Amino acid sequence: MGGTSIQEVKFIELEKKIKRENWRRIWFRFKKSKLSILGLSMILVLLFTAIFADYVAPYPSHAGLYIAFKNAYKPPSFEHILGTDMYGRDVFSRIVFGFRYAFMMIGLVLSLVVPTGVILGLIAGYYRGTFIETIIVRLSDIFISLPPLVLALSIASILEPNIFNAMMAVSLMWWPWYVKLTYSMTVSLRNEPFILAAESQGASTLHILFKELLPIQLGTILTKVTLDAGWVILIGAAISFVGLGAQPPTPDLGTMVSEYSKYLPEYWWMSLGPAAGIVLIILAFNLLGDGIRDVFAGE
Amino acid sequence: MNQRMDIELTILKRLQNFLNNYYFRKILYSIVTLFGISILIFIIARVLPGDPARLALGPRAPEDVVEQYRKLLRLKEPIYVQYYYWLIDVFNGRFGLSLVTFRDVLTDIIEFLPATVELIIFTLIIDIVGAFSLGVLSGRKPNSFIDNSVRIFAYAGIAIPSFVWAIILQLILANWLDLLPAYGRLSLGIEVNRITGIVTLDSLLTGNVIAFIDAITHLIIPSLSLAIGCIAQEARILRSSLIENVNKDYVLNMYAHGIPGSTIFFKYALKPSMIPTITIMTLDMASMLGNAFLVELIFNWPGLSRYGITAMLRKDLNAIVGVVLVIGLAYTIASIIIDLVVSYLDPRVRYRR
Amino acid sequence: MLLEISDLYVYYRSYWYTLKVLNGVWLRLDRGERVGIIGESGSGKTTLLKSILRILPQNGMIPKGEIRYDGKNILKLSSSELTKIRRREIGMIFQDPMAALNPVFKIRDQLYDILKYKMMIEGHNPSSRELYEEAVKIFSDVRLPDPDRVLESYPFQLSGGMRQRVMIAMALISAGKLLLADEPTTNLDVTIQDQILKLIHRLAAQRNLSTILVSHALGMVYQMTDRVYVLYAGDIMEEARTRDLFSKPKHPYTQLLVASTPRLSSVGVGEGIKGKLPDYHNPPAGCRFAPRCPYVMDKCINTKPRKIQVNREHIVSCYLYD
Repeated sequence: MGGTSIQEVKFIELEKKIKRENWRRIWFRFKKSKLSILGLSMILVLLFTAIFADYVAPYPSHAGLYIAFKNAYKPPSFEHILGTDMYGRDVFSRIVFGFRYAFMMIGLVLSLVVPTGVILGLIAGYYRGTFIETIIVRLSDIFISLPPLVLALSIASILEPNIFNAMMAVSLMWWPWYVKLTYSMTVSLRNEPFILAAESQGASTLHILFKELLPIQLGTILTKVTLDAGWVILIGAAISFVGLGAQPPTPDLGTMVSEYSKYLPEYWWMSLGPAAGIVLIILAFNLLGDGIRDVFAGE
Repeated sequence: MNQRMDIELTILKRLQNFLNNYYFRKILYSIVTLFGISILIFIIARVLPGDPARLALGPRAPEDVVEQYRKLLRLKEPIYVQYYYWLIDVFNGRFGLSLVTFRDVLTDIIEFLPATVELIIFTLIIDIVGAFSLGVLSGRKPNSFIDNSVRIFAYAGIAIPSFVWAIILQLILANWLDLLPAYGRLSLGIEVNRITGIVTLDSLLTGNVIAFIDAITHLIIPSLSLAIGCIAQEARILRSSLIENVNKDYVLNMYAHGIPGSTIFFKYALKPSMIPTITIMTLDMASMLGNAFLVELIFNWPGLSRYGITAMLRKDLNAIVGVVLVIGLAYTIASIIIDLVVSYLDPRVRYRR
Repeated sequence: MLLEISDLYVYYRSYWYTLKVLNGVWLRLDRGERVGIIGESGSGKTTLLKSILRILPQNGMIPKGEIRYDGKNILKLSSSELTKIRRREIGMIFQDPMAALNPVFKIRDQLYDILKYKMMIEGHNPSSRELYEEAVKIFSDVRLPDPDRVLESYPFQLSGGMRQRVMIAMALISAGKLLLADEPTTNLDVTIQDQILKLIHRLAAQRNLSTILVSHALGMVYQMTDRVYVLYAGDIMEEARTRDLFSKPKHPYTQLLVASTPRLSSVGVGEGIKGKLPDYHNPPAGCRFAPRCPYVMDKCINTKPRKIQVNREHIVSCYLYD
């Protein structure tokens, strides 16, 4: 019996069609809420700005070290949408580059934290009652019992202050949340009939973990990832604000808020610019996250 | 003979009941977790940095001084030995010397802690009052003007971080409108005798009304900055919980028996709705304690968090460890209290395995 | 005539949809009568009962119709009049006692409130001693042992049967004239179902209560009612004396229902009915059973059939008899 029969070909076609319809359904449900569409478009715009910062920013050279004192402290005008800072740099351009760092941080932190956390959570939930479960859960609990920002700050304080270490600090503080989430979901699914059936059929552990337990949880995990993205920026900005993260002249949003806040209240636009940038990112991810949660709410 | 065995059995049963008691187990677990936190902090402070002694003393300190410090920290010995001696020190109140103030860190903590306690308590008051009023107002009349305004406010409140609120409020209320002071805890020239360290309390205890009013005005903007984010989240959850519960069968049942609407709302709908709201308060407390670091910095508030930030910037390891330990302890106690409140509200929690 | 419902429409509205659940329901009930409503899950039975007491959830609305209770239109009653009726005259047994009892309050709190407000409207301000005595009395009526323990318990600490008895006790306090029972035994063990049913039957007879029993269990309705209504997708399809409905069902839906009931005397299990309930967002314009009806005609799809009096006391809503 070689080759694919007509029946099998039809079956594969049907599967593909069902998958396409599923995507269309998800998109349709997502489209229903205007706010989530707004969130998605905001993210796309910001992402675009971040990637093509060099072209979007009117004064890309102002991003790093640049001095032009006679142009300093200018209020918002036509040439400088958000004015200039104490070195004469265009605030708007710096914020644009700040977005780039922000998205870099989100990308790095989440791509480290989410896989690690989810895998650990799956393992802990699947191997209930074993030593490994106890270790993973207790360890996560310990990390969680400190206020997140405090933990992140203390880790960052031990390391050299730069943006990369700030990302590391945030990652080290964030991973247990995904363990907890996945763990609690896995535990409730662990003894469901379909899992027990797969086990009795001799499915490999990897298969059960990733093809049976994980797919159901993807919706919730995805929602959390989206909502978290905004908070990652928040913590990162807080670390930089305090001075333990990116250092001047790096155009990190948190660093800028801190730097420019010294010139309040006279030159208030300087500090509010990057602050508004942070708020925009958080808002956008909140809206998007709400939309994604609504999509998966019915599942 | 039989009587004795009966008595022994009852004692055993009582012991079993006690050990199984929900609260007891919770507290036990928290103590274990606290030890875990101490280990974590210890690892962060001693193991993570390559050379804690060098890190603390700076790159310009002479090598022999650093070597002395290394001996002091027992860095050559195995980790568990280091931890053991460190733990003994902590329990004896010896947190080590601060490199900034040259005093024992514990003394520093005792000096600065009350200011933060005062700030957090004031924030909590604003938070609870604000969240409940807004949540109830909003939930009572869904989709009304007030409900929609509260919802919009909630969205803004959640998206705007504490330190941004701090800057905005400071700008508007203090700088532009000149309603409230912009910095510090008391205005220049006003002094209060220190009894507890909590200025509002002390001023009341010594009958210094002017100072009391002054202290309150200084508290408002920092507390508000910390509280707004929390109020937004809690009001939102309270509102949606109320709306959901009001349509549940157990509430409709009360309507079916002709029980007055306000009794139903404020008793039978509110109590189950408070459960998720108060549960969220644990996380909000965590964010309050964390954001206090930024807010105290912005307002120059002489509290534990500002002390901690200074310590972190100067790599004052002992101080960092001390501050984080105290905050960890405070947060653990707060979580236990909140859990207690939740289990009082929701009896199902008490009886779950 | 104690209760007379005519042309009742009930919709559930939200921001982006409207569920047109009840589509012109009619029903009448005389004093002392025991009326049954047969309908499958989702046919609108609970909505109907809730409309009588006007306890629909917030997104429920009644755009059209009349519910005449004791001569007065409930839908237009003032709130004080409605409150009187709710406290003293009409009582409801909810379908799921676990869902109908507030999980964070003890039984005592909820029960005392019900008793207190009822006694207050009778001009009496009860002390806690009196409330306790009343509670013990009503608990013994519903055969609840150990009333002290039950009062101090939370709903989740009681067994399903005990919860249902508590529900019945609560309903009886308020049911001076009319008792509404929404699937009172569906969530219980089979062994207890019979007990509870007999209990309700006896108590209703003792107190001279008119009852409306809603269920999808045909056997129960057959045993416990004098007259029956068949409710399908928000429309009353048929009304008859119980015996007549089951022996000579006229509406195709009723016929299929009765035929599909397994009986000891016949061979095997009957066939089910193909298809499912219509979508309430976009319900059929004509007869709502048309999509599933084996005798469907063109006019069934376009316009709703009217009420036809087939016999004395037997009414069908179907073009087959027009």
